[in-house]
Amino acid sequence: MAARAVEPSWRTKGMIECKDIAKIYQSGEIETVAIKDITFTIKDGEFVAIIGPSGSGKSTLMHILGCLDIPTRGTYLLDSHDVSQLSDNELAEIRNRKIGFVFQSFNLLPRATVLRNVTLPLVYASASQHEREKAAVSALHASAFPEKFWHHYPNQLSGGMMQRVAIARALVNNPSLLLADEPTGNLDTKTGEIVLDTFQRLHMEQGHTIILITHELYVAEHAERIIQIRDGNIVSDSPVKNRRIANNHH
Amino acid sequence: MRLQDILQETYTALSANKARSSLTILGIVIGIGSVIAMISIGQGASGQIQSSIEGLGSNLLTVMPGFIQPGRGFVSAGRGSSQTLKNEDTDALKHITGIAAISPELQRRFQITSTIGNNTNSTVIGISPEYARVRNVEVAQGSFIAENHVTSMGRVAVLGPTVAEDLFGEENALGKTIRINKINFKVVGVLQTKGSAGFFNPDDTVFVPLSTMQKILAGSDFISTIAISVDSKNLMPQVQEEATLSLAQKHRVDPQSPDFSIVSQADILGTLTQVTNTFTIFLASIAGISLIVGGIGIMNMMLTIVTERTREIGLRKAVGAKKHDISTQFLTEAIMLTFAGGIIGVALGWLLALAVSRFAGLATQVSLQAVLLAFGVSAAIGIIFGYYPARRAAALHPIEALRYE
Ligand SMILES: Nc1ncnc2c1ncn2[C@@H]1O[C@H](COP(=O)(O)OP(=O)(O)O)[C@@H](O)[C@H]1O
Ligand SMILES: [Mg+2]
Repeated sequence: MAARAVEPSWRTKGMIECKDIAKIYQSGEIETVAIKDITFTIKDGEFVAIIGPSGSGKSTLMHILGCLDIPTRGTYLLDSHDVSQLSDNELAEIRNRKIGFVFQSFNLLPRATVLRNVTLPLVYASASQHEREKAAVSALHASAFPEKFWHHYPNQLSGGMMQRVAIARALVNNPSLLLADEPTGNLDTKTGEIVLDTFQRLHMEQGHTIILITHELYVAEHAERIIQIRDGNIVSDSPVKNRRIANNHH
Repeated sequence: MRLQDILQETYTALSANKARSSLTILGIVIGIGSVIAMISIGQGASGQIQSSIEGLGSNLLTVMPGFIQPGRGFVSAGRGSSQTLKNEDTDALKHITGIAAISPELQRRFQITSTIGNNTNSTVIGISPEYARVRNVEVAQGSFIAENHVTSMGRVAVLGPTVAEDLFGEENALGKTIRINKINFKVVGVLQTKGSAGFFNPDDTVFVPLSTMQKILAGSDFISTIAISVDSKNLMPQVQEEATLSLAQKHRVDPQSPDFSIVSQADILGTLTQVTNTFTIFLASIAGISLIVGGIGIMNMMLTIVTERTREIGLRKAVGAKKHDISTQFLTEAIMLTFAGGIIGVALGWLLALAVSRFAGLATQVSLQAVLLAFGVSAAIGIIFGYYPARRAAALHPIEALRYE
């Protein structure tokens, strides 16, 4: 069952380089060290799973990698740019151009149609109507979202469908990095499988860099590499030996 | 973010909870509506007073006992100043060039009864024939007070149309007898309708010869006013000054602080305009309070919206919304609410003003300035009361906002 995406020659430099990054939350007198000076590199086009028990710092790490937050110390290079000390607006700009998020709870706008939800990142990129439509159509195709629901509202869709809208939204700005925090956490096994299949296809067919955060080993084994963290430390970092391929039901 | 997107987001957000948006708008509608209505009532009153004062007689100077300083009222009311003008003062003014006519007047209020039993309490003015010319009044029926009435101390009266109607109803008053202070007078004329001039209503007045007034009715040799009609408008200051000097000399007083005052129509108009402006501002301020209450309603709703949509704000920030994108969106929502309220409020205020002039008989005037002011104020209220909630939304940290339950 092992499968590996063909690795093109241009995938040499690290697209994510973290050096001694730490995140410390300060609430009053109490300091919580969520991430403890960790160092790792993820190359362009890799599909990496970050696994660890609840409270181990996975989400904190994802927020930093996704430029939603900055590390307390250490350097984080994204595409060779140091983003660890940027301002809020500069971080917003980077999220808008380079990063696509998929959350456990979908986070779709309830009063917007599927199409409007998918184009939301392009609204903030001030893209033209034409560009938006083109990008939304190809993103919805890439996430295998059926065309007949494009004008539906989120509350008319199943959980699996909503997550595919969220994936399309994450893809619409053609990001260099796709970040998913427990994307199957709110889904049953069967729909979870469809979502994992979508990630695997995006990785293999389109060469997207994907970081998948989960606490389930079974889910993590759909990636090529697993970084295991515990109490804010990396405890292991190794390629997946028997990689799982998601069943595609569609 | 493009303007079209901001407007679309605003429309979607506000129409999502129509009842709440409408109630919030209603607060602004009431505020703006009452400001417009109050200003138009005030300005209407002002306009009406102005036109009726102009109708009282052109190029008019009025000599009154007591010293009035502009803006300070009667300064020397304490030194018996109400009786300093006499008939001879009229003679002292006659030689001044530029004066067209001089009308000495003595005014009192009396109970008046008619032969058919009606009675009314009205102003009675003792006058000379010049009154008609100086004060711009015309008889509708009969004749005005004539010179021989004055010299013979005739017991004749000319009625204002309101008095005539009060006393005789539909009947013709001409030739009838009325009793003023229990003394019989024969009605020789009825005036044309002129309309009220603020404090003075010439229609509700009875005119008798000055001599009759002084000797028989009031028992006083003094006069209450001398009205002077000046040949032309640009002679007014000069005539006013000469008259002051002549009268001061005659009264043997210092012209800087005489025991009489000469005011021009412009002075009266200025004072009344000041009064009505104050009145308008007062009314508008009271209405303005409801506008502030409406603004607080906007703020309250916006704060609720920001809390409700915390996760949405987090998501928007995660996909690249900057601080000003978020604050613009919420500020636009607030401004849209107040603007909608402003438009409906102007319409409502207008209708209210129309209703007031129709049913309460007050003149109203909806000016363009008032409308523009209303729009400016409603936009400002949107900005002021929407600013804090919008800033609060923009300042949310994306992670905290996404995690919000
Ligand atoms: N905003 C915060 N303030 C204080 N402590 C936090 C905050 N966010 C996370 N933590 C703490 O940091 C640690 C890691 O949390 P998190 O990254 O959410 O873990 P995971 O996603 O692996 O469950 C936990 O101990 C958590 O309590
Ligand atoms: Mg987590």
